[in-house]
This record gives sequence, structure tokens and C-alpha cells, in this order.
Amino acid sequence: MTRSFLEGNEAIARGAMAAGCRFFAGYPITPATSIYQQMLHLLPPSGGVCMQGEDEIASIGFCLGASMAGMKAMTATSGPGISLYSEQISFAIAGEIPLVIIDVQRLGPSTGSATKGADGDIAFLRWGNSGGLPVIVLAPVDVADCYQLTVTAFNLAERYRCPVFVASNKEIGLTRESVDLAALAVPPVEERLLAEPAGSDAEGPAARPRPFAPLPGGLVPPFIPIARGHLSRQTSSSHGEDGYITTDPALLGQVARRLADKLDGAVDSFTFFGSDWAEEDDILLLTYGVTARAARTAQRLLRAAGQRVSLLVLKTLYPVPEACILRHLLGKREVVVVEMNLGQYVHEIKRLAGTLGVRLVGQMNGELIAPQTIVEGVKG
Amino acid sequence: MSGFLNQGRPPVFCPGCAHEVVVRGLDQALQGLAVSADEVVIVSDIGCSGLFDTFFDTHAFHGLHGRALTYATGIKMARPEMRVIVIMGDGGLGIGGAHVLSACRRNLELTLLVQNNFNYGMTGGQCSATTPADGRTASGFLAELEAPLDICRVAVAAGASYVDRLSATARDLAERLATAIRYPGFSLVDIWGLCPGRYTRRNGLTLAQLDEGIDLLAAPSGPVASSEREEYGRHYRRLAATLPSPGEPLAVDPCCTASTRERRDILLLGSAGQYVNTAGEVLCLAGMSGGLQVTQKNDYPITVLRGHSIAEVVFSGEPVEYTGMGQPAAVVCLAKEGVARRGRSIAGLPEESVVIRDSRVAIPETRARVVEVDFAALGVRNQNLATAALAVLAGEGVLLTRPMLEAGIGVRYAGKMRDEALGVVQRVLAR
Repeated sequence: MTRSFLEGNEAIARGAMAAGCRFFAGYPITPATSIYQQMLHLLPPSGGVCMQGEDEIASIGFCLGASMAGMKAMTATSGPGISLYSEQISFAIAGEIPLVIIDVQRLGPSTGSATKGADGDIAFLRWGNSGGLPVIVLAPVDVADCYQLTVTAFNLAERYRCPVFVASNKEIGLTRESVDLAALAVPPVEERLLAEPAGSDAEGPAARPRPFAPLPGGLVPPFIPIARGHLSRQTSSSHGEDGYITTDPALLGQVARRLADKLDGAVDSFTFFGSDWAEEDDILLLTYGVTARAARTAQRLLRAAGQRVSLLVLKTLYPVPEACILRHLLGKREVVVVEMNLGQYVHEIKRLAGTLGVRLVGQMNGELIAPQTIVEGVKG
Repeated sequence: MSGFLNQGRPPVFCPGCAHEVVVRGLDQALQGLAVSADEVVIVSDIGCSGLFDTFFDTHAFHGLHGRALTYATGIKMARPEMRVIVIMGDGGLGIGGAHVLSACRRNLELTLLVQNNFNYGMTGGQCSATTPADGRTASGFLAELEAPLDICRVAVAAGASYVDRLSATARDLAERLATAIRYPGFSLVDIWGLCPGRYTRRNGLTLAQLDEGIDLLAAPSGPVASSEREEYGRHYRRLAATLPSPGEPLAVDPCCTASTRERRDILLLGSAGQYVNTAGEVLCLAGMSGGLQVTQKNDYPITVLRGHSIAEVVFSGEPVEYTGMGQPAAVVCLAKEGVARRGRSIAGLPEESVVIRDSRVAIPETRARVVEVDFAALGVRNQNLATAALAVLAGEGVLLTRPMLEAGIGVRYAGKMRDEALGVVQRVLAR
């Protein structure tokens, strides 16, 4: 079997190309820089655009412009860059601009440790936008996931017209691994739904497609790119279906609800996870990201020692895949959440677990959580 | 021709506002360009000038404060056929200063129209980057503390290839806007105007005074000869077209049998200049040649050619789970810098582990079996030490075989480099 040898960051860049990414802009930051370097290697020779912004704000701004012009766009950074992206992320949510954002997480807080891994941005990715509307966050476990989930991230960004995060980690991004690329189950590439020509623009604004009007029964407006043809309108201000500012509370409430519902209501169709689960087990190990690799070893060790332990690895973190999580809580006495931070996703699990005991094995010191640490955590 | 104004949304500004004059001037300028509405993008910023896009029946993009140039850059790179016009106040100029400088340096074909009325009108008349030192604003004495920015001088210094300054009421406004839009590079027009709502009355500012001020500053009007150069987008596409197509990631077909399919952790400890990370890669390719699955992590400081250089490699017949170092089956010690960082893990090694040690490097007491090699006596140069150590490891036969190592070298290197690496392996194994 032919296997390739590549790091997570390169797999993300290759996945982006496979998904039809035509535009990348970024600002150098460890440990995400090699995604930019790879895109610079891959995009320009194929006719795409790769740019280095003067800062993170510019980089994501370039992407928003390019995406509105119809190109599939991606940017990549780490925690300090996500901080700078924040206002533009809110814009991408409000303006329903498809965009893939890679966060190769490093140890925080603040500039923290550039070359140490962490999963410390998880809650920040979900809640770091003004208005607090939902976003999609996917979490790869290994290099193969980096490839597959990046393709998926583009598909979801196009399908739902929204920013989609891939929450990677220095420990995946800069780790090289043998991968059978040909064996990867890569989803078919999706394109954003374009607005049908309704009438001629010369007939006046009333005859044109409305830039934020979903189809009947749908929640996602067909897209009008900045291109020859229909006139496109984009605005970060609160707007109605016509893309003009509105202060009508009924309309404002309707739009906010639709932006939430289009993702919250659809998460069952993009719930990605891995599990090794049996109803008769009494403990559920729940984790995500690179920690899942140690959790698999820990589960084996615990089972070998006679413990009845199931494992759930979430690859869709937000919107919280509640149905999937609740299904895996069945028959359990306790849930042990393992994450490379001092406790973020564990709060979602506590919210869902009801009277079930929920414990955290959290670690925030730049080191991977070792299998033995998880074993000891489960044994309490 | 009915023009480009949005018939359903006539301009709404305070009576006497310069913005309204510019809206009409821009409409006239566009009419003189022989373009259709779907070839024009108006990108607006935040503040009163942020209303511009709604008054035009063209493509419209209204975003965050100071960031209009960033969106415009993405749009123009994605759709070079579009005429992209950026509208920004003096507020946007201040908060988005880095983007203005970069747009000047970049020379992408955008037109930036600065609606300069010396204050933040929308929020109540606070001072901005262009407020004169004696300007009266809602910022009280703070306005006196900072010198006003002459954006035309700044733009020229930053490499803008087209700069102009005029009053909103200039008779040739439409003509000069059209010339700026037509310019095949980045153009910046600083348009001075009255803000009757928040600034003009408070400061007793008149149109005559504005004109006087413009004359006094004497900005260039039109192309800046010393900065004229190829437009960014065309330049990008010209250079991109010459780049070679990228290849595929390194790939390996298994060609030999591994010594074991059990998980084995291997730690390479050296210093910068010893190609330790490359040796880690060769080791991985060797493992893959033996049909194993592998992971590699490197650790080195920001300095080049100074400090430690460490590679952590995991071999396994099954998919590698935990990628951290457990109990290494082998530790290669080539320099004190690497040993200083990971000495602890050597001290704790069990008897079945093996340590390959360059005889010049001191290591902590250990129960592991230590293989000491006098690489200097073998004539191995510093940059080949790590390859030589892999050969010793292959000679031990516990982790990898010589065919695996030679296959790995064959994937990683070609030509003279490969011959040199294979020569080192030969010399070490014949010792």
C-alpha cells in the first residue's frame, strides 16, 4: 500500500485544493504558517490567488471580498490571529459569506507558546463573535482528518453560507504522518447555490433576486456573486432580504432566528464522530482533537484492566451534536471529558448529562495528554 | 442615460453635507466611463460615508470600520474586470491606516475616495486623524495634542502611484474622479468637504478656507511619476503563470520487511546543523519502506544553526495513536544541546532500550544498553552524524534493517546526496 508522508498543515492545504479553493490569504504565525506556505506553492500555478495580508484583519478581509466575488476562500491562523479575525468573523456570519477558517491552536493565553499545542480556542471559536450566533467548528484527530474535514468544511461553508472553522492543533498541524491518501473517503465537492435569474436587472430593483431571500421552505439564501449579471449587495449592518438596513424589530428577529436555525437545525446532517461504544459499558470517555489518539490507547488499557469503558470522539464540535452525544450517554454511570484546556467543552456535556456524573481530565501545559493520565483520570 | 443612482433611495445627508455633492459627482464620473452597473463595485466603510453604497445601483459591499480596502483587494483579485471604488471617511483612514499604506505599496487597481471632513460626524463630532490642531471637536482638548495627517504626503511616501486632492465643490470634481478611476493602478483622492452637522458651524469653516488649505498643502495632482509601476494584479498573474506545477507529497511503497511491527518510539537528540530533522524524516521513510505506519515531530528553537535539534519518531504496525514519546526503544545522542533538553528520558530508560552515543557526548547514567561510537575516528562529518547514527541503529537490527534504511534514503535523496548518505551507511556498518 502506497502511503504519503505529510504533516497536518499540508493535508489541510491539499484538502482545500481538492475542495476547489481558489483564494487564500494569511499572515505568518506559528504553528499555522506552513498552510500559507503550502497554499503559496499550490494555488498560483493553478490560476488561484494566494496573498499575504499586512495583518490578520486584512487577510480575512481579502477572503471575504474574494468569497463575495464567487471564489471559494480560506484563511489560516492560530489563537492570536483568531482574536484579530473576530470582527470579520461576525461579519461573515451576518453577511452569510462562505469562508473556511483554519485555527492551528497553540498554547495560550495571549501570545502564549508558539510551538506548544493546545485546544484552548474551542469556546472562543464558538462564542468569539458579536451577537453570539452559531458557527460550525470541526476538529480533526490526525493528518487524514485534516484533509477530509477541510473538504467537508468547504462543503458546509458553501451549503450554509457561513464561516466554518477547522480547529486543528500544533500537535496535528506540525506532526508528519504516513497516510494512505487514495483510501480517504473524501465527500463529493459542493458548490454554493446561485440565485436564479428572476428577471432582467433593467426592469428595476423589484424584478431582481433579493440577496438575502431564502427559497420558499429554505433557510439559506441563494448567492449573488459580485460578477457580470445580477447586482450583488453585501452589508455588515442589520438588513432585510433586500440587503438594505432595517430597524424593523420583526424583521431583525426573523433574520437572527434564521441565521441560528440554519445551522442549529441542520447539525444532524453534519455530525461527524468516531466511537467504540457498548451500552453495557458504564463509563463514557468523551474527547476530540489530537487527544482522541491517546484516549484510544487509554480505552484499550482500561478494558484490559477489566473496566467497562466506551469512547466517543467528536469531530463536529459546534453546533453541539446533541442527539449524537445523548445517544452515547445511554446506560452510562459517568462521563469523563478529556481536553487540552482547563475545561471548555465539558460544560456542554454537563448541560446535556442531567443527573449523570461528569468529570474533566484537563491539561493546559503545552504537552499532549498521555494515555496514562487518562487511565488515572478514569480510575479517579 | 439615467446614471448609476438608486432611484428608489435618493441620498439622505444633513443639508449642506459634502457627501451628497460627492455622490452626484461620482455618478457623473461613472457615466463618463462607459461602464455598465454590473462592472462597478462600491465598497463603503463605516460612518456617514458608509451610506454611499446604498445610493448607487451598482454592486455594493458595506463592511467594518477601516477595513473597506481589505474587501476591495479580495474582490479585485478575484474579478479583475470590475471597477472597484472604495469610499472611506477620515475616520476610516485613521483606524484602517495599515491598510491604506499597504494599498499604496501594493498598487492594485482600486480607487480610494477619502471623504475628509476632519471629524467623526456620525458619532457626534470627535476629532479624527485629519482634524487640524486648532479644530474644535467633541474630543475637547485632546484634538490639540495630535498633529493632523496629510494623507496625500503619506500616500506618496508609501508608494502610491496616483494621488489627488480637491474640494467636494470643485467644478471639475466629476472629471477628476473619472481620471482617478481610469488610472490603471492604485489611486487615492482626498476630497475635502464641509460637515455642517458636527464640524463646520463649530469651527466657522467656509468653502473659501477649505480651498485655501488645499492650496497651502500643495499635493500632487495625478500620477506620481517616481512610483508608477506595473499594476499588482497583472504583475501577480504574470509571475504566477511562470511557476511550475507543484508535485505530490512524498510517497512510499513498502519494499522490505520490518524488524518488528510492535510500536517503537525513537528519539534523536542533536544540535542545529546536524540535519536531525531530516534524519527523522529518513527514519520515517525507512519505516514506511518496511510497511510500518509512522509519525514524526520536531523540536528546535527559532535560531538557525544554533541550539538543539530534536526529532521524535514513532513506528507501528498499526495506526499510531498517541504521538508523544512513551518509553523510547532507542535514543540517539549526537550533541549536548539535545541531551540537555531530554536528558531525563535517558536516565529513566529500561534495560531493553538502546542508546546510540557519539563518544564526544556525555549522557546521564542509564540502565539502557549504550552503544558508543567514535564517529570522529570514522571520519563522519557533522552534517552526516545523524545518518551515521541511523546506520548504527540498523546494524543493531532491533528497530530497522539496512534495506529499510537504504530505501528511506533513496526516497529522500537523489544523485550525489543519496550516494553520500549511502556511503556513510556503508562506512559505519563496515566498522
